[in-house]
Amino acid sequence: MDITNIKSQFPILSKKINGKKLVYLDSSNSAQKPITVLKALDNFYKNEFSNIGRSIHALAVNATNKFEETRINVKNFINANSKDEIIFTKNATESINLVANTFGKQNIKKGDEILITELEHHSNYVPWHYLRETYGAIIKFAPINDDGDIIINKLKDLITPKTKIIAITHLSNVTGTIVPVKEIVEIAKKKNIPVLVDGCQSAPHIKIDVKDLDCDFYAISCHKVYGPTGLGILYAKKKWLESLPPYIGGGGMISEVKKDKISYAPLPEKYEAGTMPTAEVVAFNESIKFMESIGAQNIIKHEQELTNYALEKMKKINSVNIIGNPKNKAGVISFTIKGIHPHDISTIVDEEGVAIRAGHHCCQILHERLNLTATARASIGVYNDKEDIDIFCNAIEKCRKVFELK
Amino acid sequence: MDLKELYQDIILEHGKSPRNFGKCEKYTHEAKGYNPLCGDQVHVYLKLNDEKKVEDLTFEGSGCAISIASTSIMTELVKGKKLDVTKKIIKAFMNMIKKTDEIKSYDLSDEQKTKIMSLSGVQQYPMRVKCATLAWHTLISAINEKENVVTTEINES
Repeated sequence: MDITNIKSQFPILSKKINGKKLVYLDSSNSAQKPITVLKALDNFYKNEFSNIGRSIHALAVNATNKFEETRINVKNFINANSKDEIIFTKNATESINLVANTFGKQNIKKGDEILITELEHHSNYVPWHYLRETYGAIIKFAPINDDGDIIINKLKDLITPKTKIIAITHLSNVTGTIVPVKEIVEIAKKKNIPVLVDGCQSAPHIKIDVKDLDCDFYAISCHKVYGPTGLGILYAKKKWLESLPPYIGGGGMISEVKKDKISYAPLPEKYEAGTMPTAEVVAFNESIKFMESIGAQNIIKHEQELTNYALEKMKKINSVNIIGNPKNKAGVISFTIKGIHPHDISTIVDEEGVAIRAGHHCCQILHERLNLTATARASIGVYNDKEDIDIFCNAIEKCRKVFELK
Repeated sequence: MDLKELYQDIILEHGKSPRNFGKCEKYTHEAKGYNPLCGDQVHVYLKLNDEKKVEDLTFEGSGCAISIASTSIMTELVKGKKLDVTKKIIKAFMNMIKKTDEIKSYDLSDEQKTKIMSLSGVQQYPMRVKCATLAWHTLISAINEKENVVTTEINES
């Protein structure tokens, strides 16, 4: 795989930050966009713009076709059964809220249990918390071990006849843990419990096959998959989308509207009310093409090599502590440096052009579990290379120098 | 931007060895500060005497070098001052951070002014301003909370 070619497809990566070459290691937060995605956005607004699914003029027909083309390609990208199982949302957070809200309305009663894990991002906890507030549901947290792996036996033990749904991340945005989702779905299936998978971190970095996972719901954040902001995806098995109530009401999601009754549109429109982020959906097609042009296996191999390279180098630096040591780890490396707060690390490496994140990464439960208030996090994208890691490690050395660490 | 301006020696030194750390005895006011963005926490303990003088000011908490140093320097500057002077120091600091004002005298010695100005590097880092101001806001909250009580007592007498 020619990594220089990949880097050159991202205009922002040739920019300078604080007079230094930009080393972007914040892809878990949001990924940069290849030129094809940017051109598609521009082209759609310049030459093809129209709203979709309503008017029947030429522009509208073309826009609708392009919009639906992305849906088909998303379906293929994650190996869903039908394009009707692909719902476009504002973001992955909305995808999870959609499920929590509609599933909760239909299935959650006082005392019912929702099982999540200590690894979850706030967006896979807060929506379920609403069900705790509204219906009196109970939220249980499957524990992790110190390595950052979910303790599967303990997760099993937490399943009771009251467990109504399990919601788990596919890949931790703090420890980089790749969660054995398939195994957990198998456990859940035996008890007939549906599983929602938060795929925000996994979609850009590992092969997603919802048919193989057999999960009921899968949430994706498009801006993390080298796509535009303002766009998320919810995959759901058709049986759920057909039986759950609609979520946001408005134009586009209805079939017939009378003064005394309203019927809803068939899938997928039932869940796509109002004008959608049309240009973003159209441009997201280019993100999928970008991913497929490299190939999942190549992406995994490249990022794994780079992760191992980074971990080895970082471990050699005195006082650097890597957070978590999961069995399967992706390119998400959270760390602390004894004697330097993560915010100070972030400010100092930024001066060297290195973009990382510091804080609790929207995972306060996990940080509490690990007895940390904050960590610094370097996260790898397909465009990163060994030189980026070298510059990053030199920047860490600079932190140590500024703080006069030995 | 220059890192040396942000991480001056005095900041690093206070960050590593904060003054007045811990819970002071018989404090009369307290308040907690929290920065949800980064998880920084500070708990300020203030002991005001009958003459409205800051007899003691200490803190507990965790945070970055900027926030710990700023808190530590704050306690040094305010300890021993009358409440009205304390408020002026707080105002001077806030104005300095927001670049709206030069440091005025406010009964401060040159050394004390230098200490406040050691935090001026933060001006160049808008994302770090909250780190520097957290403790100061918390001190204001501590003063206000109990000042109402104090005022009531004065009215009663």
